[in-house]
Amino acid sequence: MTALVLLDAEDGAIPQTSRSAIAAAARLGDVDVLVTGGPETIEAAAASAAKIPGIRKVRTVSGEDFAHALAEPLAALLVALAPEYDHIVAAATAIGKNALPRAAALLDVQVIPDVMEIRDAETFVRPIFAGNALVTLRSSDAKKLLTIRTASFDPVPAEGGTAPIETVTPPACRSKSHFVSAEHSSTERPQLEAARIIVSGGRGLQSAEGFKILEPLADKLGAAIGASRVAVDSGFVPNDYQVGQTGKIVAPDLYIACGISGAIQHLAGMKDSKVIVAINKDEEAPIFQVADYGLVGDLFQIVPALTEALG
Amino acid sequence: MKILVPIKRVIDYNVKVRVRRDGGGVETAGVKMSMNPFDEIAVEEALRLREKGIASDIVVVSIGVPQAADTLRTALAMGADRAILVQSEESPEPLAVAKILKILVERENPDLVILGKQAIDDDMNATGQMLAGLLDWPQATFASRVEKTGDGLTVSREVDGGSETLSLTLPAIVTADLRLNEPRYASLPNIMKAKKKPLETLSAADLGIDLTRRLTTLSIAEPPTRKAGIKVGSVAELVEKLRNEAKVI
Repeated sequence: MTALVLLDAEDGAIPQTSRSAIAAAARLGDVDVLVTGGPETIEAAAASAAKIPGIRKVRTVSGEDFAHALAEPLAALLVALAPEYDHIVAAATAIGKNALPRAAALLDVQVIPDVMEIRDAETFVRPIFAGNALVTLRSSDAKKLLTIRTASFDPVPAEGGTAPIETVTPPACRSKSHFVSAEHSSTERPQLEAARIIVSGGRGLQSAEGFKILEPLADKLGAAIGASRVAVDSGFVPNDYQVGQTGKIVAPDLYIACGISGAIQHLAGMKDSKVIVAINKDEEAPIFQVADYGLVGDLFQIVPALTEALG
Repeated sequence: MKILVPIKRVIDYNVKVRVRRDGGGVETAGVKMSMNPFDEIAVEEALRLREKGIASDIVVVSIGVPQAADTLRTALAMGADRAILVQSEESPEPLAVAKILKILVERENPDLVILGKQAIDDDMNATGQMLAGLLDWPQATFASRVEKTGDGLTVSREVDGGSETLSLTLPAIVTADLRLNEPRYASLPNIMKAKKKPLETLSAADLGIDLTRRLTTLSIAEPPTRKAGIKVGSVAELVEKLRNEAKVI
């Protein structure tokens, strides 16, 4: 069996999410990876991909069409390469979730999203109902297209391999969608999906100003900052901070939930964290039912005190 | 401009879903059903485009059991013009749904199809993308802002690093994310009016689409439960536990 993994190539680097997808695909057989991007970044991205150990070959496609990972050219490319593979895999990131279902429809295959366990080449486990149930299912499609819940698979290392690089000519695709602009939130902190520690805030922070109280704590711990849906909807922080069913799914070593009540949709995004700390003034808050260590009280006193105590 | 909005009847957002003891599914007996929240956002966006004078005709469609007619009536009460129910015994997979929708698109000729980005029951997040593929239409998934510009659409999308903006030619597919809008509630007079709006019923079998599932469910289980830990009394105790017991800092 051979799998093709579509990588998210960000400015020439291969993110941890994609390396988790490779780890998942490696359980299915030989792994080729597909790196796409604009002409400026493709060489660096291909070189990064080639260093990942355990890969059979790196296939690269570059062109203006691929500079912004639009679904139409990516799906057309996956369809063109599909005859060579039994499985086509991507991380369940914005790019994978956008492109893989489109490719699957063109291949007359039912895509299998958010795979968290691979039982065998055709049997997979995935969450439904915001993670309140896990379904084990078997695909009867000749080819399988999967997106991977990256928090469920430890990533393969970034270095150590020397895979050959092969350039692929993409199929003609007259895209009817075009990239206009990107508004990326800039942060010096680790990415949520890759962070070992996450400090996360909710309604209890009360305002964008209040939310800033988490920053010194995150700085001290080298942590990423996350948020509940309420905190995002209330405008405390941008949308890409959201952890939960429709935000990011994370599983850090330590998740510190500050002023987060623990709605089901939030728990779906973080309950696989190794250690959960909850700080909340409401001792009945559902977050305490999943927390290893709970501290009841005013977070505006506790968070600075905790920052201080970590010295 | 004509807009088609597919909607799904799902277990209500506020219901705590429980896995049946026989492992064959989740408990649905006596459970409140509602329109998928993302689909409500899709309906709302279509209504706002009509209120801006961009859209004229809004058709809602649902595929599923006869009771999905109630969900369609809700969309009509919100303000959609007419509804189509495609009856099927159970909820088909996204690929089959996309094939049914493709037939309806060919019949109705909408300029735009707005869908919720995912249903909160199976969490598949696939139907919009699959329909776009089958129709060879452009797609803008996870939309947080939709504007008509010239002959096409400008759509902002929620992506992992923030947001990005795309331009699309019409016809096109848009899938709605949480922050696209806040759906309205249907008023009582509109609920009454909705009862008189046209609702056409078709059957999936008549459309000639094979609904055979590609994914066979072997089992449905509850996730391993995480047990509550302890409450600590002070910041000092918390730091001590994290350092010496959990060893994570």
